[in-house]
Amino acid sequence: MDLYEHQARELFAEHGILVPRAEVTDSPEEAREIARRLGGRVVVKAQVKTGGRGKAGGVRFAADPAAAELTARQILGMVIKGHPVGTVMLARPVDIETEFYVSYVLDRAAGRFLAIASAEGGTEIEEVAAARPAAVARIPVDPAQGVTSAKAGEIAAAAGLPAQTADVLVRLWQVLIREDALLVEVNPLVRTRQGQILALDGKVTLDDNASFRQSRWGAESTEHGDPLEAAAAAKGLNYVKLDGEVGIIGNGAGLVMSTLDVVAGCGARPANFLDIGGGASAEIMADGLSVVLSDPAVRSVLVNVFGGITACDAVADGIVRALDTVRLTKPLVVRLDGNNAARGREILDARRHPLVQQATTMDGAARRAAELATAV
Amino acid sequence: MAIYLTKESRVLVQGMTGAEGMKHTRRMLAAGTNIVGGVNPRKAGRTVDFDVPQSPNGLSGAPVPVPVPVFGSVADGMRETGADVTVVFVPPAFTAAAVVEAADAGIGLAVVITEGVPVHDSVAFVTHAAARGTRVIGPNCPGLITPGQSDAGIIPADITEPGRIGLVSKSGTLTYQLMYELRDIGFSTCVGIGGDPVVGTSHIDCLAAFEEDPDTDLVVLIGEIGGDAEERAAAYIRDHVTKPVVGYIAGFTAPEGKTMGHAGAIVSGSTGTAQAKKEALEAAGVRVGATPAETARLALAVLDEGP
Repeated sequence: MDLYEHQARELFAEHGILVPRAEVTDSPEEAREIARRLGGRVVVKAQVKTGGRGKAGGVRFAADPAAAELTARQILGMVIKGHPVGTVMLARPVDIETEFYVSYVLDRAAGRFLAIASAEGGTEIEEVAAARPAAVARIPVDPAQGVTSAKAGEIAAAAGLPAQTADVLVRLWQVLIREDALLVEVNPLVRTRQGQILALDGKVTLDDNASFRQSRWGAESTEHGDPLEAAAAAKGLNYVKLDGEVGIIGNGAGLVMSTLDVVAGCGARPANFLDIGGGASAEIMADGLSVVLSDPAVRSVLVNVFGGITACDAVADGIVRALDTVRLTKPLVVRLDGNNAARGREILDARRHPLVQQATTMDGAARRAAELATAV
Repeated sequence: MAIYLTKESRVLVQGMTGAEGMKHTRRMLAAGTNIVGGVNPRKAGRTVDFDVPQSPNGLSGAPVPVPVPVFGSVADGMRETGADVTVVFVPPAFTAAAVVEAADAGIGLAVVITEGVPVHDSVAFVTHAAARGTRVIGPNCPGLITPGQSDAGIIPADITEPGRIGLVSKSGTLTYQLMYELRDIGFSTCVGIGGDPVVGTSHIDCLAAFEEDPDTDLVVLIGEIGGDAEERAAAYIRDHVTKPVVGYIAGFTAPEGKTMGHAGAIVSGSTGTAQAKKEALEAAGVRVGATPAETARLALAVLDEGP
């Protein structure tokens, strides 16, 4: 889960990293008051979980409180790369001398974290790395040692950062560890004309798997983007909304991803990703069907299950009982294979629902669902 | 021969006395796995009786009671039984401690089934285990099976017979799907390496082992979006693998920035796309199927061509 900039800023401050004075609001009127408190001149920054805010006009200076209100009103109405702006952060401007880049990112292949640092901050680090690879230092961090003062000094020296930044590098590592973050990025980290090192903008991605021991950000950082995704999340379903017309339900992340691809290969577009996992009980099947059917773009639904540990007769039972609670409004194509598949197919045949049909292979089922969704 | 797991493997189960541990230990016993003990400090000294149906899937047949002793630690279990493999079913909060304990005891292979392990924990225990010579498979994986010999994890034992195909995959159900498609040929060993961002055993590790395995003639490699493990595997195949490899990649239709079920299955910017993985594999001479069924047909065609 990505945090908003203002949440990242709060975390940095808690770990002793200097940040600009700032406040958050969803109201233009309050923005005027905040600007007054911060001394009049402010930066108004859209709080959205996507890059490129500046280019999209989501980060602007306001010279006084009245301008801050006007600017906040404009930004609060914006949609940046599909993300509606719900809040803005107003920050006191900083007198920048130099901009740096620092981050800790997961190196999946090496199975450890990597410090990335550059004396050329402020722009996308990928662009710097592409143009001048030597300007970007990449230093692996031994997980058993972490970032000590000595290690921080090594990172700063490798990137050509002033020795002063070592303290921030140590504290940033503490943010990564204590908050179970997968990414901590400060861009830019700045030195002010007064000689202070300040985190001007930051990005933090937390590990969803660690939420059992990191409860604090849960609901407040969830973006309520798509209503269907919100409804599915409320039911504990692993659902991602897509732009097509074939609803997809399957078991296992890999098989469901594969099902989307096979449907796309048949000339239709998948409407969603929905992994009902190993259990596939009647309740989960009913919940899944109701979410998928409530998507008005869906014109057919494909259930693709390979019974490994899960028995297909139990899945078929689940579908039959789900049909008692959910009114099927669109054709449903079911493919059951693997453990007890023959018995499962019998159960579905016996139900004789006019909108339910079966296919014996995954490719055949995808073809049929695609035909049904694209038929005029 | 097979890789990593044979009928000689002596298997401990950490978390055996929990619900998942009980269910899958029974299944593994039915599949012929030599389960030599469970580990639970609070139940040390007891014996758990498993009613094991005498069918490979552990679901039918007349049950026969099989007693399995419970040890207080992995070290005790290894000393008493000569165990060399552990299968870990303990909950996410305790997984790191369980793997570190097993590595400290000197076990050769730790198969971590648990889903939902924090990444920082995986980084810590994978590094710790590697430094002690313990191979970790997983976390968040279905384990591995050497059909007809041993099953360590949750892969169904009744899908396929022993044969000459090796399989390595990030995904459990896609593993089952390909095992099913190629059941008439059979498999030497199938390894589910897991869908988390950090896992103990990579595609490359398995490719290297299959290359050395005299019982494997062809490798099926299954990947999915996220990271660059498949691109790295492609480079490895080009430089080091002489046996034929057939590939399948899932997630061509996945949108950027969305996690697709597996914690590691996410396209970030332009990295981790299915297209890039497919192209890298094809450039290394791997034939990549558009669907699981087509992948199976490619594998059959390669085997028909002969060496």
